[in-house]
Amino acid sequence: MAMPLESPISFTNVGRIRWWQRGIFASQTGYVLLALLVLLVVMHFASPYFFTEGNMQNVAKNFSFIAIATLGVTFVIITGGIDLSVGSMMCFSAMITSMVMSSLSTPGMPGATLFVHLAADGKTVVANVPGLILLVSVLAGLGTALIAGLINGFCIAVLGLSPFVTTLGMLSIVRGLGYVVSNGRGSFPGGPDADYFYALTSGDLFGVPAPFIYLVILAVVMAVVLHHTTFGRHVFALGGNEKAAELTGIPVVRVKIQVYVICALAAGLQGIVVSGWLGSAPANMATSYELTIIAAAVIGGANLAGGIGGPLGAIVGCVLLEVIRNGLVLAQVSSYWQQTLVGVIIILAVLVDRIRSRMT
Amino acid sequence: MTIPCANGQPVLELTGIGKEFGAIRALHDVDMQVFPGEVVGLMGDNGAGKSTLVKIIAGNFRPTHGEIRFDGSAVHFYRPIDARAVGIEVVYQDLALADNLTAAANVFLGRELKRQFGPFAFLDHRAMAARALQLFGELRSETRPDDLVKQMSGGQRQAVAIARTRLSNAKLVMMDEPTAAISVRQVEQVLSLIHRLKEQGVAVMLISHRMPDVFAVCDRVVVMRRGEKRADKPIGDTSPEEVTALITGAKEAA
Repeated sequence: MAMPLESPISFTNVGRIRWWQRGIFASQTGYVLLALLVLLVVMHFASPYFFTEGNMQNVAKNFSFIAIATLGVTFVIITGGIDLSVGSMMCFSAMITSMVMSSLSTPGMPGATLFVHLAADGKTVVANVPGLILLVSVLAGLGTALIAGLINGFCIAVLGLSPFVTTLGMLSIVRGLGYVVSNGRGSFPGGPDADYFYALTSGDLFGVPAPFIYLVILAVVMAVVLHHTTFGRHVFALGGNEKAAELTGIPVVRVKIQVYVICALAAGLQGIVVSGWLGSAPANMATSYELTIIAAAVIGGANLAGGIGGPLGAIVGCVLLEVIRNGLVLAQVSSYWQQTLVGVIIILAVLVDRIRSRMT
Repeated sequence: MTIPCANGQPVLELTGIGKEFGAIRALHDVDMQVFPGEVVGLMGDNGAGKSTLVKIIAGNFRPTHGEIRFDGSAVHFYRPIDARAVGIEVVYQDLALADNLTAAANVFLGRELKRQFGPFAFLDHRAMAARALQLFGELRSETRPDDLVKQMSGGQRQAVAIARTRLSNAKLVMMDEPTAAISVRQVEQVLSLIHRLKEQGVAVMLISHRMPDVFAVCDRVVVMRRGEKRADKPIGDTSPEEVTALITGAKEAA
């Protein structure tokens, strides 16, 4: 909050907007957070297992598996765009990472001699530099995501195609390529660095799941970028009024390409993390995740019309979805109900926001 | 030609400006001068060439013929940003504001103040709020820098759009239909904002359809018809009736 500034004029007839009518208190994120807290209390009384350490770890891990990608898609949604290719991107990026890792770790494959050699027994494969294979393969996975993001951004910002259509196409292209490169079988991380890979993706630090740690770091970075940098300001301006952004000299094309690249990278990272937990990257991994991810962002308060959204909302949306899923499991309700309930919540969250903005 | 306030050099001087779009002649041989601290009303019916003229001055179009002199030297604008660089600002009809941002954020849109921390540059929120508050003060507008534009009245929105032009110390501000879609009370506010700009020596070009507004604030009125300048008179030497006649063509020239 800024310090009170000395105003050279008096405000005679312009009322001050009260603190509870502005900021988070007046946002969809605010009351969805409130709803989440109420839900947590209800869950606590409904099931004695809910607030156990094991279940909490489980919840934290599970929502982290979509939340990183949700952060990315939130960037795109704030500019008024949409990215439907995140689910496929998760799969493809994870697949490339596993394939590169296995390939570089297999003596005889091209380039493998730079990274591995056979131990004296002639069977055991030893890494020349421990961790290097992991680094290269993760960079390969993220590099693939980067290229897909650049293509999305180029088609939307430079060629002027609709984000919906472009990313719908990319969804199919990337999923198809995943089947092509793996022959429909998917891929497994292998070689001497696979243990590091599992430790970094499905391990934990002092009982906190690794994906959750990445999520918190990325969310904090995102909050700083959105609210305290020129880029973030331009992202919001683009979603608020694209024409105004253009007229005031904001590099609209560049900002648009950047958000689609960020989104693709977030999805790629998310996919790599999830594949570590699954132990493989099957070709049908994260199918239709884009809908869950976009739903989480929208429930958390990101406005598909653009201009509104943030990391807190993205996380709140993901947590809400996961707590409901978890709650239904604990309550032994058929898991088929979950999808129905998610749909109801999406509509409810947006409806309450509409009613609230009518009242003020 | 009469020069109503010949206080030195004109800030903007157009000589023989013409513009053709293919076979269509949108502007023909327009001469015009605007002096510092002067408010000039630019009037004309739809298709008279007002918008084309404004877009040429703002750098959206390049003239087919003629010369633009700004502050005494010849200028060539290739993009709007070139016009802005020499001190020409445009307040667009729809104001070009982002509703979801605060007043201060809108004033500084595209020209944010930053502070360097090592390799990273962060927005300097406090400096921007302070400068925005000062600008709103100069414009005597009851607008708070940290209020969202979404929650503002039409007059306040105008103040935000005009404050943006003050940021760069523009010498010429062109306002495209600023009073077209707002209430009577807000029109008063906008007209007083124009007076504030005038007091500070800024030349203002007001493009408007509303006769009362033009006669309330302008020093001079320029009437366009069919791409040509038909009249250029001090406001005291003319009347709404005459201007209407010039716009409609009932009177050919004055």
